[in-house]
Amino acid sequence: MHMADALVSPVVGGTMWAVSAVLIARCSSRIKNSGNDRLVPLMGVLGAFIFAAQMINFTIPLTGSSGHLGGGLLLAVLLGPSAAFLTIASVLVVQALFFADGGLLALGCNIFNLGFFPAFVAYPLLYKPLAGSSPTRGRLTAAAVIAAVVGLQLGAFGVVFETTLSGVSSLSFSSFLLLMQPIHLAIGVVEGLVTAAVLLFVHRARPELLDGAVSPQLSRSLKPVMVTFLLAALLTGALLSWFASEQPDGLEWSIAKVSGSKELRGPEAGLHSGFAAVQEKIALLPDYAFRKQNEGQMVQAGTQLGTSLSGIVGGTATLLLALCAGFLASRKKSALKGSDAFR
Amino acid sequence: MRSVEGALLDFRQLERLAERDSPLHHVDARAKILATLVFIICVISLGRYQLAALFPFFIFPVVLIAGGGLPVRYLVSKILLVIPFVLVVGIFNPLLDREIVAIAGPVQISGGWISFFSIVLRSLLTVASALILVSLTGFPALCRGLAQLGLPKVFVAQLLFLYRYLFVLAEEAARLKLARDQRCFGGKGTGLASFGTMIGHLLLRSWERAERVYRSMLSRGFAGEFHCPSGSSFGVGDTLFLLGWGLLLLAIRLYDPARLLGLLLTGGVQ
Amino acid sequence: MSHHIVEVGELQHQYADGTCAVTSISFRITHGEAVAIIGANGAGKSTLLLHLNGALAATAGTIRIGDTLLTPATVPQIRRTVGMVFQNPDDQLFMSTVAEDVAFGPLNMGLSGAELEARVVAALTQVDALYLRHKAPYHLSGGEKKRVAIATVLAMSPDILVMDEPTGGLDPYARRQVMELLSGFQHTRIVASHDLDMVLELFPRTIILCQGKVAADGPTTTIFRDRELLARCRLEQPLAMQGCPVCREGAKQ
Repeated sequence: MHMADALVSPVVGGTMWAVSAVLIARCSSRIKNSGNDRLVPLMGVLGAFIFAAQMINFTIPLTGSSGHLGGGLLLAVLLGPSAAFLTIASVLVVQALFFADGGLLALGCNIFNLGFFPAFVAYPLLYKPLAGSSPTRGRLTAAAVIAAVVGLQLGAFGVVFETTLSGVSSLSFSSFLLLMQPIHLAIGVVEGLVTAAVLLFVHRARPELLDGAVSPQLSRSLKPVMVTFLLAALLTGALLSWFASEQPDGLEWSIAKVSGSKELRGPEAGLHSGFAAVQEKIALLPDYAFRKQNEGQMVQAGTQLGTSLSGIVGGTATLLLALCAGFLASRKKSALKGSDAFR
Repeated sequence: MRSVEGALLDFRQLERLAERDSPLHHVDARAKILATLVFIICVISLGRYQLAALFPFFIFPVVLIAGGGLPVRYLVSKILLVIPFVLVVGIFNPLLDREIVAIAGPVQISGGWISFFSIVLRSLLTVASALILVSLTGFPALCRGLAQLGLPKVFVAQLLFLYRYLFVLAEEAARLKLARDQRCFGGKGTGLASFGTMIGHLLLRSWERAERVYRSMLSRGFAGEFHCPSGSSFGVGDTLFLLGWGLLLLAIRLYDPARLLGLLLTGGVQ
Repeated sequence: MSHHIVEVGELQHQYADGTCAVTSISFRITHGEAVAIIGANGAGKSTLLLHLNGALAATAGTIRIGDTLLTPATVPQIRRTVGMVFQNPDDQLFMSTVAEDVAFGPLNMGLSGAELEARVVAALTQVDALYLRHKAPYHLSGGEKKRVAIATVLAMSPDILVMDEPTGGLDPYARRQVMELLSGFQHTRIVASHDLDMVLELFPRTIILCQGKVAADGPTTTIFRDRELLARCRLEQPLAMQGCPVCREGAKQ
């Protein structure tokens, strides 16, 4: 499932952008340095293949509904982690720009959720050891299903985590989690079966493609570091959010617990106070609400809304002004260029 | 979720829009990318109850759509398509957050509804800005702009390959699907077994195509280095475009003209 | 101008799966010659062509372009001399606009600025496709794609042109356009094709491949008269030499 711009706060979106950008840069330089320049057209064409493959549906066993290939794990098996990550990222870029899936700010989150987990976790840590070097039919299928399920569960967890941390939705962490994980369990099983079916075909037709030697692997020294980092992040996040959802004052409470101070005070004078004023206006961290609003937040929301009756009047007025501006601009344009076919 | 066929059709339509000719189409891709980014950050950074403050931001999509001569109805229909997903997540807000925060005559408005509508508006604004960016720039130019902004060349190059072969492979997939469906009756034959083989075939063909493409690159002297064709330079107009929008959007974000105008119109009554 | 000579000696190619596509092929093509390579499906035509600029490496045998022996070290130099137009133009046109695609080769050769621009314009003008320069490759018709694919190679000013099925899948008008282009070139031309009427019209010399070997090599008119040879190689006479079917029916009655 894709994250949407509207559910992401700038801090979460920006952080995930930075994380994904670093990963893209690392993977790109890895591929450049590998000297295997045939990978680049291959990645592009396989990215297009993922779109094309999604046009073909199949009947999901037992249910009668239809599904299609997601493709993350398949790309990881065919291309190796680095190239697969870049390919998934570019598929998501195209989806964000043209199909309005997700959005530009949420793109970092989506690249991480749908790219990092299958390429750098599910494939190297689960599929590869489970399938082994010369897998049997059953073993390959089992490995693909397990890897796909775990990959998608982690991705779904990422969505829940990022959404709750952004604090735009009122849905509590645990109930959103309860909503998302079972759905993605089912999706993961189907994805695993499909991936296995395709891999078995390739295994029969052109086994050399599955040697996985196409793409450079992550260097040994980096792998444990990344995995530890990831697990630590997930654990911290999960714990923090757990506390947050249990306590009435939400995440702020748990942050206070963790950092040991009730509020983070900045210096009051000079540049800092100016900066603080700007920050206050921009409200980079919108209030974290999980289950209930605490008193302070209610008051804040109340005052915001007290002024907002006049705000709504003003807002409507500006909207009308904006529309007028647009109307005038297009009138002027069509007057200059003659009649415009589109209306 | 929509069919991929429909999405591809949209893809073509957006590309055709990018081929149009307007002053906005000629603005450097980098300026448009950065302005869009500023816009999205300003919109997203508003608090979840700041519903009214979102309205002034419509100036950005509206002016760009009008200035670029983009078809309004088509874009709106595309933007509305993403709404269902947002509704699914957003609808929990009114259910969970029932504190009454405003009273407009007989109607009591809860914080949940305010934040719900703010989520919907944000989606409309951000999705619109992304679509407008593509329709005014076109994918290749956008990629070139991103490369100039520092995106790794390898990544950009394979992004362009993806774009180039999207339709070629989609047409191949459509033929495969047609060939299968013509011989499938009553849901029989569309199961996982035939699907695996079909996708497998498509995969091998794509793979072989990639090999042929690589070969044809080699025979034209490719030696591992991707040369970006010299992009346009960042002119005065581009700077003005970026500065103008950047300042305007920041001003809207910091001084909430909706509230100011509202206070003016209602005489400061709260 | 000895560097326009193509000399293939005892060429052999075995694919990774063990299939021997080309068993032993030798020929010599001199400056300015127009040679057609014909043969049944799977006779080894495409495999042979892919060797001529080093896209495939020979299992055994030699290829000499002019005075240069084709080795991994000389491949870059040989690719400037031998321009290859592939069978499917979609494989050849991989950039986002026609102009960028035509510029791809010259850019790799180190050209830039006005010189690059001039090359692109000249190549597109030569194939009468300058009006397509800003178009995206997937918006082109089959014939347009083919002509642009030829331009991408011309832009590198090769001495030798190698083409796989230049008229395949084209409508009669587009086919005629490509044929007129081909007859206008001064390059040494090597073309693999099933379009035997085109071969008869444009190529004075023909090489027949049969099961990875040269079955015949000689003047096209002589070869096309040998019906038995053609039948043995799963070929037949060009329609132009078979006479008009309507008249033939009439003559019988």
